[in-house]
Amino acid sequence: MKPFTQMKGLVAPMDRANVDTDMIIPKQFLKSIKRSGFGPNLFDELRYLDEGQPGQDCSNRPLNKDFPLNFPRYQGASVLLARENFGCGSSREHAPWALEDYGFRCIIAPSYADIFFNNCFKNGVLPIALDADIVDRLFQEMYASEGYQLEIDLEAQIITTPSGEVIAFEVESGRKHCLLNGLDDIGITLQQADAIRAYEEKRRKEAPWLFSRSA
Amino acid sequence: MAGKTLYDKLWDDHLVAITDDGDALLYIDRHLVHEVTSPQAFEGLRLASRRPWRIDANLATPDHNVPSSVEERVAGVDGIVDPVSKLQVVTLDDNCEEFGIEEFKINDARQGIVHVVGPEQGATLPGMTVVCGDSHTATHGALGAIAHGIGTSEVEHVLATQCLRQRKMKNMLVNVDGELRPGVTAKDIVLAVIGKIGTAGGNGCAIEFGGSTIRKLSMEGRMTICNMAIEAGARVGMVAVDETTLKYVEGRPYAPTGENWEKAVAYWKTLRSDDDAVFDKVVELDAQDILPQVTWGTSPEMVASIDDTVPGPDDFAEPVRKAACERALQYMGLKAGQRIRDIQLDRIFIGSCTNSRIEDLRAAADVVKGRKIASSIKEALVVPGSGLVKRQAEAEGLDKIFIEAGMKWREPSCSMCLAMNSDKLGAGEHCASTSNRNFEGRQGFGGRTHLVSPAMAAAAAVAGHFVDVNELVGGAQ
Repeated sequence: MKPFTQMKGLVAPMDRANVDTDMIIPKQFLKSIKRSGFGPNLFDELRYLDEGQPGQDCSNRPLNKDFPLNFPRYQGASVLLARENFGCGSSREHAPWALEDYGFRCIIAPSYADIFFNNCFKNGVLPIALDADIVDRLFQEMYASEGYQLEIDLEAQIITTPSGEVIAFEVESGRKHCLLNGLDDIGITLQQADAIRAYEEKRRKEAPWLFSRSA
Repeated sequence: MAGKTLYDKLWDDHLVAITDDGDALLYIDRHLVHEVTSPQAFEGLRLASRRPWRIDANLATPDHNVPSSVEERVAGVDGIVDPVSKLQVVTLDDNCEEFGIEEFKINDARQGIVHVVGPEQGATLPGMTVVCGDSHTATHGALGAIAHGIGTSEVEHVLATQCLRQRKMKNMLVNVDGELRPGVTAKDIVLAVIGKIGTAGGNGCAIEFGGSTIRKLSMEGRMTICNMAIEAGARVGMVAVDETTLKYVEGRPYAPTGENWEKAVAYWKTLRSDDDAVFDKVVELDAQDILPQVTWGTSPEMVASIDDTVPGPDDFAEPVRKAACERALQYMGLKAGQRIRDIQLDRIFIGSCTNSRIEDLRAAADVVKGRKIASSIKEALVVPGSGLVKRQAEAEGLDKIFIEAGMKWREPSCSMCLAMNSDKLGAGEHCASTSNRNFEGRQGFGGRTHLVSPAMAAAAAVAGHFVDVNELVGGAQ
């Protein structure tokens, strides 16, 4: 996983509530057995006018000119500004894979669906939750100023706006540590292998049926 | 000190350690695996030269990409026409073979939708922690278990360590009390709950469903309710263990027997929230207030009763919701004020991990028995949730009832719930569907999904538009 420390990036809008994972990456692209290459199909049904197929070259597909990510001013964006309950729906990790592959490293929204939120941290994408009022203000500032960029510092847990305003955000310490260092949780958990084995030993006595299959 | 909730008890019983960061390491008893969210996890294990921690805790079956048509299924994996779908199913077979994981393959009678198969086999049991790379894993909570969906990184983590790193969720209680009206089912209850609390209402929470109405539901009804906890924003939905639970589990292939059964039952009987347990949030519903439900929009919270009209942007106060309503009406091709009953349908889908069990099929068959589907319906699919559900339905003659009514009787798979196989809606088509999500494009590019119960889907098939199921069957008042 790529570490996430500090970044400064162009901000793009996804200005609707309850953006679901089917919208982020439609189901036909879930058939891939790889982790990469989902970026061209991020928000596929909104970005293009035709129905996308897996493995297709997207460079010649008809673009939906009304969709903000297709506007020239948002090209190269790496921060996505969104509304409440972003990422609701399925557990598909293809959603953060697609966002990351497209170039988004940070999402800012009032709230997220739990599974999506968790999945982002496993893929070097930082989802920041801020009060709805603050998010609303960021939307207004972004719309008012072309080339609007935000600076995000994970170590200090702050966002700095172009006017110099500093906005603090919360992040759980374990998640922050993994993201800052690009750590794989499996290695960390396996350091507790003895504790896992001790638990299994105890549990095998208390609840033997969990360890012996009848079928 | 206050008593414990069901979730608290199960959490405590599975706690392996608290890490330095304050994360809990939670032990996972059962890991269910399917073809869509597992290939990258197995690849991760291989790249790191890791082996599964406990092979017998895993059980796999392909479901999302598996074709539902008899023609494609006859030849097994080789019969899958779409090469991309086929590769995913083959990859699951290869991975299970390589790592020694038990798999119910495509034409095994035990194959089916992973959330139908687990409880049916007794592979998911009361008191377990159950995870799967699929958000509808909440279904298994109906047995009195902590069950939830995980992403692919966590699939790999569970394979490698048999644990998950987690923060404890909040406790939420949804109480439904009273007698259900005729024609109202578990699906209507859960849609009404989502309509009340919204799709983010349960975010960060484990929901326990309780109250006299829930207690009276069959296990299959409880599964339908827990299945859609995720549509209310909660990863976990659960119901306390009672006699209904024990009767359901007894004698299933993977359920304990003999002395282990006695020991298990003694433990399982403790799996209910204490009377003095404290919940962070409590929501109450009166069963009498619930009529058959139909979703009109592109989020499961956009739901109405059969007697209602489609709302308009003016019915919502917040600007974000007004905009969402406007966009949903445009996508769905509906007008504010239009009667729900006047929505004309093109296709019917009876199936999915929400509603493809034997009781669901019986409820639908009761409605269409001796009737024909409307000539305006292009196709009505009935897709049983597993090979064993299919076999049972055929033994009861339900397949003949559906076929005589003009419906199509298919092979077990996720099918048109998410359109990863060839069962799809065309652009602009309206579908009465017993599945769980009405998101834009979910059932096919430009498709328009209305979520309903199996009985309501069957009634809509006969009428060609939505209708109160009580007008067709004996429950009429």
